[in-house]
Amino acid sequence: MDDRLTLTVRQALQSLQNGSLSSEELTRACIEQIERLESKIHAFITLTAEKALEDARRADARRIAAHRHPDETLPSLLGLPIAVKDLLTVAGVRCTCGSRILENYVPPFTATAVQRLVDAGVVIVGKTNTDEFAMGSSTENSAYGATFNPWDTGRVPGGSSGGSAAAVAARMVPAALGTDTGGSVRQPAAFCGVTGIKPTYGRVSRYGLVAYGSSLDTAGVLAHSAEDAAILFWPMAGFDPLDATTVEQPPSVWHTPESETLKGLRIGVPKEYFLPGMQPEVEEKVRAAIRMLAELGGEVHEISLPHTEYALPVYYLIAPAEASANLARYDGVRFGYRASADTLGELFNLSRSRGFGAEVKRRIMLGTYALSAGYYEAYYGQAQKVRTLIRRDFEEAFQQVDIIATPVTPTTAFRVGEHRDDPLAMYLEDVFTLPTNLAGVPGLAFPVGFDRQGLPVGMQIMASHFREDLLFSVAYHYQQHTDWHRRLPPLL
Amino acid sequence: MTLTLAEVEHIAQLARLHLSEEEKIRFREQLSAILDYAARLQQVDTRDIPPTSSVLPPRSRLREDEPRPALPQQVILANAPFPYQGYFRVPPVLE
Repeated sequence: MDDRLTLTVRQALQSLQNGSLSSEELTRACIEQIERLESKIHAFITLTAEKALEDARRADARRIAAHRHPDETLPSLLGLPIAVKDLLTVAGVRCTCGSRILENYVPPFTATAVQRLVDAGVVIVGKTNTDEFAMGSSTENSAYGATFNPWDTGRVPGGSSGGSAAAVAARMVPAALGTDTGGSVRQPAAFCGVTGIKPTYGRVSRYGLVAYGSSLDTAGVLAHSAEDAAILFWPMAGFDPLDATTVEQPPSVWHTPESETLKGLRIGVPKEYFLPGMQPEVEEKVRAAIRMLAELGGEVHEISLPHTEYALPVYYLIAPAEASANLARYDGVRFGYRASADTLGELFNLSRSRGFGAEVKRRIMLGTYALSAGYYEAYYGQAQKVRTLIRRDFEEAFQQVDIIATPVTPTTAFRVGEHRDDPLAMYLEDVFTLPTNLAGVPGLAFPVGFDRQGLPVGMQIMASHFREDLLFSVAYHYQQHTDWHRRLPPLL
Repeated sequence: MTLTLAEVEHIAQLARLHLSEEEKIRFREQLSAILDYAARLQQVDTRDIPPTSSVLPPRSRLREDEPRPALPQQVILANAPFPYQGYFRVPPVLE
């Protein structure tokens, strides 16, 4: 395989800086890799190859011009190619959200998270596949066809950021952006053997992240290592006047840790995250990874997050309720798909029915019911109260420990079509990732081994609000001593 | 609990969705199964527990009240499926 495609983000940036590699060469190598593998993986909905090569040449010209002006500081990510999930807007590039209803929608504005990386110099090669409006755990619910797992193309890449995870795993790009409302960065990261960060709610702007569950939605990064994810993550973060829920935090730029150990790190292992029905190899690999963190100096404590079992029903009432309100905007009038109809009511009903896929309709129906007169208190109201108990579980746990370590998913990647007619079985895939979104705390997924079929196993670590730095450091230490994150799928 | 077909139709109307007969039957089964699963929340004692309205402590940072340019009309209408002389066109609302 082309050596340029196995470069880490740090190495790629070094090569770009010292002139041994141009952005055009690197971007072209990515595009060629996409062309080579896309028929098997289908990671992208829209490719922007020509624009990317243009941007790459512009980045190269800027770098060369800077030689004559040594005082000028160049943007930190100048010329680095990345992919963006098709749920984050890029002005002038169609944004489908995996839905037929937005098939021809070209947003006139760029998401803040993306804009900040563009300002830092990245080159965008395309928009990646997603479950429709991020509703799904397999990237099968896309109106543009499913994405397949590079480790085994008979299996799903996870979802909803499955296109981004598969693109990174298949070395089509060194990193990609995703979104995470209930596990949509971490679960596909685990299934595809890459590293993914779901930030604290409020850390990264949601402006231009097409709304699904607004109290849960976050934008994150998928890459080959914690270090690579961190390099892209920090420029995205921070207060944005266009998103009132973002928070100004003291500049917590992450530096590669100087310390060689994790001495004194208190690691909580919640008993509720190791279930009898889970794949034994997942538990085995995750426990082995926890032992390794202990060998590196961490202290392991068994803890309890007693309301964990309620996270799934809470999530599947709150997220659909928020979705039913957010998706009311798709009415066939101002933008998006429009059915021909004789009356306004029919226009709404037919545009929405033909434009939305089955899972989106199902969640809109569920959310509408949970919010409807007579049921609001019993469903939505009760769910928001139990959510408070789940948040308190985390608050209490983080009094005793610095991080919490768990599996990302109960199993490794499942087969394409396995959960097709059983939405509840699909929802259970998210059982370990939903609680972080409900509590707003950050979570990071990274590979800790492979099962007997050669499929990646992921571990999740969580920390208290705004402690992404700690998550990056812990995973960085682990990755200094392991090479799971550098393994290549046999397909490559 | 099992939703009735009439309830499914009522929810679909509230959600502005037109469902086929087949979809109504399928959603009736699937939504009933999901709501059954969600029923376990009723066991949790939530007396004196406030609902979560925000995962972070509320702040009230307001932006400066300064006029800023908005997107031009033609840019907004570029995505409209049926624009007409600077308007969004819809079927007649009143006969």
